[in-house]
Amino acid sequence: MNTDIQLDAHGQLRHLLTTEGLPKSLLERILDTAESLVPEVGAPPKKVPLLRGKTVFNLFFENSTRTRTTFELAAKRLSADVINMDVATSSRAKGEDDLDTLFTLQAMGADIFVVRHPENGAAAHFAAHAAPHVAIINAGDGSHAHPTQGLLDVFTIRRHRPDFENLKIAIVGDVAHSRVAHSTIHALRTLGTTDIRVIGPERFLPPAPGALGVTATTDIRAGLADADIVMGLRIQRERIEGDALAGVADYHHDFGLTPANLAHASKTALIMHPGPINRGVEITAEVAYSDQSLILEQVRNGIGIRMAVMAMIAGQTRGGSPDAP
Amino acid sequence: MTDSTESFDVDAALAALTAQVEPLIAEHPDAVIVGVETGGAWIGERLHAHFELASPMCTINISFYRDDFSMVGLHPSVGPSNIPAEIDGKTVILVDDVLYTGRTVRAALNELFDYGRPSAVKLAVLVDRGARELPFAPDAAGLKLDLEKDRRIKLTGPEPLRLTMR
Repeated sequence: MNTDIQLDAHGQLRHLLTTEGLPKSLLERILDTAESLVPEVGAPPKKVPLLRGKTVFNLFFENSTRTRTTFELAAKRLSADVINMDVATSSRAKGEDDLDTLFTLQAMGADIFVVRHPENGAAAHFAAHAAPHVAIINAGDGSHAHPTQGLLDVFTIRRHRPDFENLKIAIVGDVAHSRVAHSTIHALRTLGTTDIRVIGPERFLPPAPGALGVTATTDIRAGLADADIVMGLRIQRERIEGDALAGVADYHHDFGLTPANLAHASKTALIMHPGPINRGVEITAEVAYSDQSLILEQVRNGIGIRMAVMAMIAGQTRGGSPDAP
Repeated sequence: MTDSTESFDVDAALAALTAQVEPLIAEHPDAVIVGVETGGAWIGERLHAHFELASPMCTINISFYRDDFSMVGLHPSVGPSNIPAEIDGKTVILVDDVLYTGRTVRAALNELFDYGRPSAVKLAVLVDRGARELPFAPDAAGLKLDLEKDRRIKLTGPEPLRLTMR
């Protein structure tokens, strides 16, 4: 898939498809812009007029209430009009091609599409066919990428552990199939992090960890040793082998973010998770809501990151006829 | 327009501005100085240091409220707003380098009010160059000029500050 089209001729953000290959200066500018948009704790959220008169379509071919809601809040806080489309349950059932859906909504005056799709490369496919004034933001495509999640992860890390080059980070779970892990790893690598360990049962580990820039292990003790940040991933129960209940119990014992397993990480290790969490599977409630957990802060920061991305993109797209496919 | 570049005496303008800000500070000793990024922040810092204010220096980024956003996008090199001072009920001295159309002041007021409700806002500028498009007048101006719309006046800095016109 061609993700180069996410930058315009001047190297500015045109679409957001992946964190892979996003230049460091641009990535840092997204984080810096988000710093101005994430409210102080207790302060009212910032509501600014940057997207006044623009229409944002949340185009979800796969359900995700949480991600859709944060994009919706972000767009509304930029004063955009927001339309939520659960395509999985509407036109798709009638056999409409995905691009026909895109063209129809473009004709209704859409400016930005936030796209969630089960197939790898779907967002890039839309971006390649979108009208010149229309931008695509990838909200998760298959197991490929979920760039705003990767950006909010590094944004959250930067607020607590800004020294990316000396960071030791462990990611536990189904990294091979996780678009979140891929986007977070690419963003971390761009910011200079070299010590990234991925931990899980053999079949969850990426086939070529070296190419991804990580080391892989099935031993949680070795993987967590001295880690500054421990990130858990949501486990889909159907991916855990064998007898369902025994599989969950074994996974929780061997790879769960439990007090026992986390004893191997740094005492001050911070805990992250993209949510929603499966209590008693990949994490315990005790860990998820501990003082060292950043999980709810990640959710809060996600709105600011999505505002920053939409504001930067909206500042780059102009002109074009709303009727052009 | 000509190619010639004209320079102005920044120190003299700054001294004149300082003299006009002095009575504002005398009347409101708890005043908060808020400089508009980036040129207004440079001028604001000099005023802040001169008057040895108790409140911390504040800076403001107007990018989110610019009315020409759809044409220019977000300005990449401007730092975020930094308002460490409490501004509720205080007199804010809003500082900018060049007062021209007044659009920056409008945007700055929008951004400022995201942080609280000052009891009053005073406007202090290094240069008032005229050609206003919105109804604003400065409370203090170090240099008053009456320039045609096609002239461009620009402060560069922060060290040394230079004020040039093309």
